[in-house]
Order: sequence, then structure tokens, then C-alpha cells
Amino acid sequence: MSAPSNLDRAESVGRPLREEPRPATRLRARHLLGIADLSAEEILLILDTAEAMKEIGARPIKKVPTLRGRTVVNLFFEPSTRTRTSFEIAEKRLSADTLGIAVGTSSVVKGETLADTALNLEAMAPDMIVIRHGSSGAPHLLSRICRSRIINAGDGMHEHPTQALLDAFTIRAHKGRIAGLKIAIVGDLLHSRVLRSNVLLLKRLGADVWVCGPPTLMLPGIEQFGVHATTSIDEALADADVVMMLRIQLERMQGGFFPSLREYFNVFGLTAERARRAKADAIIMHPGPMNRGVEIASDVADGPYSVILEQVANGVAVRMAVLYLLEGSVA
Amino acid sequence: MPKSLLLRGGRVLDPSTGIDGFFDLLIDDAQVRHVGRDLQAGDAVVIELARGLVVCPGFIDMHVHLREPGQEHKETVATGAAAAIAGGFTAVACMPNTDPVNDQAGITEFILKKAAAADKARVYPIGAVSRGSRGEQLADIAELHAAGVVALSDDGKPVASALLMRRALEYAGMFRMPVIDHCEEPTLKGEGVAHEGYHASLLGLKGIPAAAEEIMVARDVTLAGLTGGTLHIAHMSVEGSLRAVREGKDRGVRVTCEVTPHHVVLTDEALDGYDTNFKMNPPLREARHREALLGGLGDGTVDAIATDHAPHHYDEKGVEFDRAPFGIVGLETAVPLALDRLVHAGVVSMPRLVQLMSINPARILGVAGGTLAPGSPADLTILAPDLDTTVDPARFLSKSRNTPFGGWSLRGAVAATIVGGRILYAHSAFPALAAAKVARA
Ligand SMILES: [Zn+2]
Ligand SMILES: [Zn+2]
Repeated sequence: MSAPSNLDRAESVGRPLREEPRPATRLRARHLLGIADLSAEEILLILDTAEAMKEIGARPIKKVPTLRGRTVVNLFFEPSTRTRTSFEIAEKRLSADTLGIAVGTSSVVKGETLADTALNLEAMAPDMIVIRHGSSGAPHLLSRICRSRIINAGDGMHEHPTQALLDAFTIRAHKGRIAGLKIAIVGDLLHSRVLRSNVLLLKRLGADVWVCGPPTLMLPGIEQFGVHATTSIDEALADADVVMMLRIQLERMQGGFFPSLREYFNVFGLTAERARRAKADAIIMHPGPMNRGVEIASDVADGPYSVILEQVANGVAVRMAVLYLLEGSVA
Repeated sequence: MPKSLLLRGGRVLDPSTGIDGFFDLLIDDAQVRHVGRDLQAGDAVVIELARGLVVCPGFIDMHVHLREPGQEHKETVATGAAAAIAGGFTAVACMPNTDPVNDQAGITEFILKKAAAADKARVYPIGAVSRGSRGEQLADIAELHAAGVVALSDDGKPVASALLMRRALEYAGMFRMPVIDHCEEPTLKGEGVAHEGYHASLLGLKGIPAAAEEIMVARDVTLAGLTGGTLHIAHMSVEGSLRAVREGKDRGVRVTCEVTPHHVVLTDEALDGYDTNFKMNPPLREARHREALLGGLGDGTVDAIATDHAPHHYDEKGVEFDRAPFGIVGLETAVPLALDRLVHAGVVSMPRLVQLMSINPARILGVAGGTLAPGSPADLTILAPDLDTTVDPARFLSKSRNTPFGGWSLRGAVAATIVGGRILYAHSAFPALAAAKVARA
């Protein structure tokens, strides 16, 4: 075993895309553990494939036989209606046999370890395991134990790769590109896996990424991520093409990260007035679930520039693309 | 009574007596008898040492966890003492965070009895600062001292209360025992599992800021100055701690400190992949801290290298990163790492390494050893600085395998470990030593 290093990854974070990448035709990795493992070409391949998958969703019979006879386990250790449902629909549209395991119904509550749970699942020989887990790196642990292909549906504060892919898909649908766009991401940066995956993806595709939040919720070492970091939402929003608001969890207030939700909204909340600092055709995104009146005002969330519901719809197409491509990946 | 031994042809290196050269060394009656040229063998067994071997006073690991009583599935006194011998250590000092905690004479006596039965490395128990290491009330320190503890520590936890730390430094001074603190301000540490910085951020791991350690080191140095007590800082990992220790030493505070091999070899970059064998406390730090520690080893600020040998069962380590216990085994990798990454890398000289791993630990703990002066116990570590080692955890004598160094190729090995005049470990590459190894060992 050699000493692992993520130097390559560290360097590639801040490296913008200089030229049009050559199209990839398949994914190199067996698993989708994070955006960090994907090249720009692979990201574009997933997005292009998702376009085709979206077309399937528009048909009267929304089903293709691509994954017929394949078994996909959805292993969710955290409650997640949106992501779990989105994966399930994607799997069903590809004709996979799906099995959902939520933490409350599995033996995990009886003290079984993640490794044992995984090995028991393996005995049933699933082709893929979609995992959502509260610990960063849980999918990596699974990928070392299991023969199945692992898809990370959100691990702790680490990554949520399919969310970043569906966000990129949505941005591209509206803007036609990612490179060169000013994209502002505002909110609880520290605890957000959506933030990490988005920063990695958007930087890899050449966007100008701005992140904004209270200093107490800023990522340590943010200067090495190749983004602009600011505590001024006005600065982050100025002439932005895309505004992405992150969820504020109520327990952060109890953790002393900021004084009150009211003060948070006053300083960092997205109001219609603030939204006007962005470009006239800017789109407003949120990974959900939203706290109206905390990180985003209702009139903005429901307003004409909001693409929040489109994000949800695109999630199915992007996850179909990931399932399809992983099944045909090289390894 | 072990046989007399005459070691011939090695480089004898003992900075405590100023000896460094090719000498014979005669061991008799479990003691070093003579160091000199062309000694008469008499009835001693003569061992011709291979070229390039270095005979040093026995290495002492002043910070290990032997897990007994209470966690024998991780390690026992016997397996830990055997791992020590295999790693070139003639003695270890074991931390009191067993179950129950070594906060009373009965536990100390139990550990010493187990160590005597094991008959491997010498084992010096460290007693708890506070009852149950709960940080509330001093343990029965006089009783612990009478039973044989050589230092006090609540390791695994810091002594969180400044007042209790003050009292401990004052009270332990009566017995000339150092108080060893695991410095970490608990509220700043929080639920952190990795060094706070870029890599933890990228991996989504909760951070432990360097300041959590630095603050408590500064506090402790101040309290040692106030009380005149003797302070030793365990496993120091950040630049600011070094600064505080250096400043304390400059104004005459009785403070010493140790660093671990892993903190001077690895950085937090290694966490990519979430291998829990890279999870320890203090966490692997970013490069600038590692460089500062290397500087401290070179300039004399750092007094000792100690492994913080922390065995854990693979079931305990084979879990999610944030749920895995902190700590790695270190006894059987420390010497090759030190030779390869410190001596051959030009960070420290061989004499300085002997200071860091033998002389200073003996002096800090106030135990025998750390010298080859005639009449001192014949505890010797014989190094093979140029012999290649490939770390193979499957061959560890420790009960646990939780090392991040598995498969590493390192230049440097232990040729033999001699305790009380008996060769208890000999590397198979040196038949003359292996042949003289005591049979039961
Ligand atoms: Zn400790
Ligand atoms: Zn320790």
C-alpha cells in the first residue's frame, strides 16, 4: 500500500478548463464516490447522457429496458425524501429491480456495523448500491468492501455528486455553458456537501465561483479551493449569472455559529432586493429542502428566476445517466 | 544469572558518557562492565558484530498504551512488551487509561506483575493525575508513587481544569515526578477528527484547530513556571506548542516535550481515502507544522521521540472515519522510521537520535538506563542503520495491526535488543546475535 495523496486533486481544484475537452465515451471509475474523481470530460459525458435520459421522461411510457435484470439497493442512513425518490424513479425508468433499505428498518439500529451491513447486502449480489450516510467517507468504506458499484447519494459533509451534476445540468440548460459564468453560492458552507461537490464541478468546468457565508461557517483553507470567498452577499451577488442558496440547519444556531435565524436572514438571506444585484437573467437555485424566510425569501423562491423545481425534475435524468454510465464503465 | 557477553566490532555510541567509536563492550552480571579496546573475553560469550552496527543505550518509549487491564483484545502487557523488544525498545512507560484507570496502587502492582511475568521490555507504569482520569480530584499520588509509577498523566484526555493542573504540578513535585499532559482545549477540539485545514475541509471531516493544542501547552508552561513543577508535553504536533515550550525553557521552566514518529513523517494529505489508520489524536497536521517539528528535533527544543503506541482491534478501526477510535501502533515501526526519515534524511545525527530515544526519556522519567556507563543496567539497543526494512503488519508481535506504514520500505532496522544483559530480540540477518539470543525469549 502506498501512502495516498490527493495532491493531484488539490491542484486540479483551482485549475480552469483551458480548452474544449475531448468527449469521453465512458467513465473510468467503477464507482461514483465524488466529483473529485471525475474529469471535465466525464462530467460533460454525464450531462450529455442526461439530455437523452430527459427525453425518455417526456415520453408517454417513461421506461426503457437498459438495466433490466440488474438490482440496485438504495441504502439510506439519513432521511431523504427527495434524493431517495429521485434515485428510485431513475432506477425504475431504467427497468432495474430496486430495493430500498432505510435505517429504521434495517439491522443497523441493532448495532450492526456499516461493514457488516454491506457484506450482508453483498451476499444478495446487487449490481449497485446507492448510499446516503451521515459520515464523510462512508461510500469509500463500502467501495473497499463491496464488489457492487457504489453511488454516493450524500456522505456527511463531504460530497453529494449527483446534486452537483443536476445543478450543472440545470445551469447549462439555461445558460448553454458553465465556463466563464459567475456563480455565487451562499449559506452554510462549512457543513455542506452540496457546496463541496459544486465547487469541484464548477471549477473543473471553468466557472468563476464565489462563496459567501458567515465567517463561522466558512471552510478552513478556503483560499486553496480556487474560489472567491466573501462575507458580503452583495459582493457575491453582483453581476452573478447563477445564485445558489444553501440550506441553513436550525441546529447551527444552537451550535453558536450565528446569533439568531432572524439575524442570519438579515445579513445573508436572499431577498428580492438583493437578487436584483445579480444579472437581469440570473437564475436562482436551491438544493432543498428550503427554509423559507431563513436563507431565502418566499417571493424569491417562488419568483420567475427560480429554477428550484426544475432542479428536482432534472435530478431524475441525471441519476439515470449516472446509473447507465456506471453500468457500462470501464473497470 | 545471564552469561557474560562481550560485544566486539560495533560502533559504541553513548552521548551520555561521550563515547563514540569502535570499542568492545563487556556485559557481566546484567550490567555494563567495560567499554574499551581489546577487552579480555575471560569466560564471556564473544559476539562479533557485523560491520556497521551501532551499539546504543537501550531505547525507551515513554508513551505507550498497553491496554491491560480491561482491553486485552487490543493488547496486553505481555504482547506490548514483546512488541517493544521487537521494535528495539528495552523499556516502555505505559499510560494509565486502562479499564479501570491506573489511579490506584493495586492496578500499578497488577501491571508490574504482568510485566515481570512477561519478562520482555521493562515496563514503567504512569499513574493517573486524577481519580478515574475524570479531571476532578487528584488520584492517590503518594500511593501510586510507592507502588512504582514514574510519572502522572490523564492521557487520552487533557487535564482540562487549570486549577487541577496547578495542584498536580505542585503535588507531584514532592515525588519528583513529571506531569505529562495531553494538551487539547476540549471545547475547541469539539467533535473534530482531523486537523482543521484544507484537507479536512475537502474531505468533509470536522477539524481540530492547531490552537486547541497550543493554548493548553501555553497554559501548562505558565503553570509549571508558577509552581516550579515538572511538566512534560505529550505528542506535540503544532508549531505554536513548540514556540511555547521554547519560550518556557528559555526562562528556566522545567518543561520537556515529545513528538511521535507519525507526526514528523506524515501530514493530513494522507487522509484522502479515509483510511482510519491515519486517524490519531493529535491529528496529522499540515506540512508547515511537520516542518516545525523537524526543526524542533534538530535544534533541541524537542526532548524525546515517543510512539504513543495505541493498539486497536481491526473491528474497531474498520468503521466510518468519524466513528473510528484515535490512534495507531508504533512500537515496531519507530526505529526504522526514525533512521530512514530523520537520520538518513539529515534531520538529526545518530548521537542526537540516541538522546531523543534513550537518554532523555530516561532522565525525564527518572528511571535507570539511557547510559552505557560501567555499572549501569545492560539495556542496549543495537541498530543496523543500513539494513532495509519492509513494514509487514502481519508479523507484528503487537496484538493489533493498526499502522499506516504497512508495506513501507525503510532504510534502517533493529539488529538486537538486550535487556539486563540478555539478548531478547535479534534480527535474523545477524546470525551471531541470533545464536546468542536467550532461548525462551
Ligand atoms: Zn494523548
Ligand atoms: Zn497516548
